[in-house]
Amino acid sequence: MELRITAQKKLNPFFLDVNFTIEGNRIGIFGPSGCGKSTLVSLIAGLTDPDRGRILIDGQPVFDCEEKVNIHAQHRRIGMVFQRPHLFPHMSVKANLLYGYKRCTKGQRKITLAHLVDVLQIGDLLHRGVNNLSGGEKQRVAIGRAVLSNPRMLIMDEPLSALDDSLKFQIIPFLQKSCEAFAIPYLFISHSLTEMRIMTERVLNMADGRITGQMTAGELARDAMVKSPFPYTNLLQLKGPRRIDGMFAYRFGDRELLISGSGRDEALYELSSTDIILFKRHPEAISARNLLKCRVGEIFEAGGRMGIGLLCGNEKLVAVVVKESVDDLEIREGVEIFAAIKATAFRELG
Amino acid sequence: MLAFSHSDYLAILLSLKVATVATILSLPFGFAVAYLMTYRKFRGRVLLDVLVNLPLTLPPVVIGYLLLLLLGKNGWIGMWVLQPLGIHIIFTWKAAVIATAVVGFPLMVRSIRTGMEAIDQRLIEASRTLGAGPLDTIVTVILPLSCRGLIAGSLLMFARGLGEFGATIIVAGNIPGVTQTIPLAIYEYVSSPSGDAMAIALCVVSVTISVAVLVFHEWLGRRMVKVD
Repeated sequence: MELRITAQKKLNPFFLDVNFTIEGNRIGIFGPSGCGKSTLVSLIAGLTDPDRGRILIDGQPVFDCEEKVNIHAQHRRIGMVFQRPHLFPHMSVKANLLYGYKRCTKGQRKITLAHLVDVLQIGDLLHRGVNNLSGGEKQRVAIGRAVLSNPRMLIMDEPLSALDDSLKFQIIPFLQKSCEAFAIPYLFISHSLTEMRIMTERVLNMADGRITGQMTAGELARDAMVKSPFPYTNLLQLKGPRRIDGMFAYRFGDRELLISGSGRDEALYELSSTDIILFKRHPEAISARNLLKCRVGEIFEAGGRMGIGLLCGNEKLVAVVVKESVDDLEIREGVEIFAAIKATAFRELG
Repeated sequence: MLAFSHSDYLAILLSLKVATVATILSLPFGFAVAYLMTYRKFRGRVLLDVLVNLPLTLPPVVIGYLLLLLLGKNGWIGMWVLQPLGIHIIFTWKAAVIATAVVGFPLMVRSIRTGMEAIDQRLIEASRTLGAGPLDTIVTVILPLSCRGLIAGSLLMFARGLGEFGATIIVAGNIPGVTQTIPLAIYEYVSSPSGDAMAIALCVVSVTISVAVLVFHEWLGRRMVKVD
């Protein structure tokens, strides 16, 4: 997907003025609340018109002020998942799901109800009214409704921000699965760095109605790390655990990580960069259950401390230490180093 | 024991007929005006708002007189539209329907607007992004979700229509068996020296119908809250 947008829109209390081109299938728009993210996606979806400008999706203009092109929202084929589910309260789950599907032409109907129900695991909800669903179920139906409209792209406008942490990480796999299974490119809007890192590959950074930069999700996290006093968090998507001594050993590149968690088949873990202890040589005896031999990939300033990029086989971790530790351990790029991590330092997100 | 005369029964039936027809005829216009005022921005919106709500503040007699001027033989509509088509409205039950519709219209529009304003804007946006055009959205989202406002507005207008007097007597007159509704019949009884008892009897009928309508309105409201 390619988005090429030049748009101005007078808003209260700021002026939205954006000019960018971005390519990718998992694009993020990141910025603080009230910076204009939702207005920008409203312009793309056709729910609001810019005062001036031009919006092209995959080279096709959907809005062009000079050429007087303005394709109405219902013809843009852009599915939307909002912050709250916004399901039609007078319809059943099935009727909600089929609302967009019925309005597609036969040629556009590539995603079927049966397949979608299978991916989102909502088969037992189909004949229920939407008012009796839990928050997570409602959001799954809202995702399904947008996906089943067979859109050319999906806009997810802070779809997780109204959910509590545990629910949020239950919904993320459904978001990922549905977009992957049906090959739908998406635009994901959030002010959460963690969500951005999980959901997107390229990110537009936004502030005060303007695009302030374009980067990968990894660069965004690094950028935040340099500017923020809060430590960097490593996000690890781990699979296929085996049980060892009441803990679970997950594959991590060509090694294993021992984690004291629920042992789910596929799980997302968070590991703070300050929970990794570095050793110059192999320590004799330590209580931490994970000792990884790594290579130092890079060293960088991180909020008054030093970030150490560790290469553990194909996998990467970031540890944060004080400057004195870098000198004492003679840490330089390319040297081998040992990283110790407690099995209890991992926080299961979902 | 009081016994209603034939013309009293006709007055009761005519009241119900006039209120029902006025409500049914006003419903699509009420919905359209409420929709325009809730969802559309256009020049003259304030003027439309004032015009729609004017009957709330004008004395009904004034409304009746203005309708008489408009629909009478020499009025704009009467002379240029009704007469060429051979339609005669003044001093018929149809005039009572028009008077009732004009007087009750703002109540209906206000209730429907309240219902529409309670609809989450995001639901409308969702329907648009799911491929529904404006008319499709009206039919599948706005109409069903403003149903409570529609019913409330209709019942209020119906109840108001049952009590309409001032405008009706001007444009429809007070002809027993033809244009005489309950309020007009009561007025006639009150004006005659020995009509108090019958006036009270008709008042009881009027109060009973109104209470029944309002109880139904409340019941429906509660039932719909439960469904929500």
